[in-house]
Formats: sequence, C-alpha cells, structure tokens
Amino acid sequence: MIEMIKGFLILTGAVFMLLAALGILRLPDLLTRMHATTKAAALGVILIMLAVALHFGEVAVVARAFAIIVFVIMTAPVAAHVIGRAGYFVGSKLWSGTVKDELRPNYDPLTHELKSGLETEANAVHQPRDRDPT
Amino acid sequence: MDTVILISQVLMSLALILAFVRVVRGPSLPDRVVALELFASIVVGLVGVYAIKVDVSSFLDAAIVIALMGFLAAIGFARFLERGGPRDD
Repeated sequence: MIEMIKGFLILTGAVFMLLAALGILRLPDLLTRMHATTKAAALGVILIMLAVALHFGEVAVVARAFAIIVFVIMTAPVAAHVIGRAGYFVGSKLWSGTVKDELRPNYDPLTHELKSGLETEANAVHQPRDRDPT
Repeated sequence: MDTVILISQVLMSLALILAFVRVVRGPSLPDRVVALELFASIVVGLVGVYAIKVDVSSFLDAAIVIALMGFLAAIGFARFLERGGPRDD
C-alpha cells in the first residue's frame, strides 16, 4: 500500500514538473511563464518530498523533507513576486492577447511613481527621497 | 518501484531539457532567470527521487542547499535587473 502511494506521489510530482517545463516553453510571455513554473514546480517538489518522507519514515528524515516543503512554499511566491516586478520594470513585453494591464495607466516607469486614485492636494506633492533612482 | 523511479527520472530529465531550451532562446533576461529558477526546483525533485532510489537520506541536505541557492539566485538576479548595470539581451 505504501509502495503504491509512494509511486503515485513520485509520478504525479514528475508529471507536474514536466508540465511546468512545458509551460515555460510554450506560454507566450514572462508573466504567464512564471504562472506555470512557480505553481506547478512547487507542487512537484512538494509531492516528491512527501514520497521521500513516506519512504524513509524516520523522524530526522521526515523533518528535513517537511523543512524543504515549508521552504518551497515560503520562497516560491517571494521569488515570483520579485522577478515579476523586475521584469515589469525592465519592460518585458506582455502577450498581445493580454486583456488588462491595471498597472500601466497608474504607473510612471521613469519616476517609479504609482497613482492610487486617492490623491489629494496635501499628498499630491512629490517629495523626492535621496534613494530615488535618477 | 524501480520502473516508477525510472519513468519519473526520464520525465524530469525531459523537463530539464525543455527548461534549458527556454534558457537558450530567451528572449529577455527575466525569462532566463525564471527558467533557471525552474532548474533549481527540478533538480531538487531529481535529488529526492535519487535519495529514494539508493536509499540514502543524506541527499536531502543537498536538496535543501539547492533550494536555498535557487531562491537566493532569483533574488540576486532580480535586484541586478532592477538596479541596472550593463545588459545585453
């Protein structure tokens, strides 16, 4: 029984990783590619680490496998956010079929200013900080 | 069990090759960074499957280090992209 569950977990994890690689190869632009890699690859790693925990069944190994799972769950969104932000700032092109880009009308790429639609006279004045990019 | 492990290794090697195609083709630097991050995830999976195959649990330490390195490389590349510097893509 445990063998079957293990085999199932390993195979599903490998298939999800293959799906992530297919997604990064076939999808049209940076953000859709990131959508494929972060979720599918993280799920693949999680499933395979569950299989590892089942296979060894010792406290130390299970703890390490779960440490990897927690680490992947915590870092995958952070890395995706940081790369997506950098990609948008350096101007990577969106797919031609993109329906909505809510950042474009509100964001000035030259000054890095973001409008919220809630500006008043008091806070409309731009106060330059010394770490602003020139 | 051996066939399952072999099949999963073949699938993940195929995934590595596909990700490598994206690293080579680009077209821009962020795409390559995303593909390299996917590399790290797939290698973590490969290490896990190999640990099951040879029944040695110490390989998990290598998997932890690879996951950490992949995350730090992604953060570093993103900072490099945002802060500028000469780029050629």
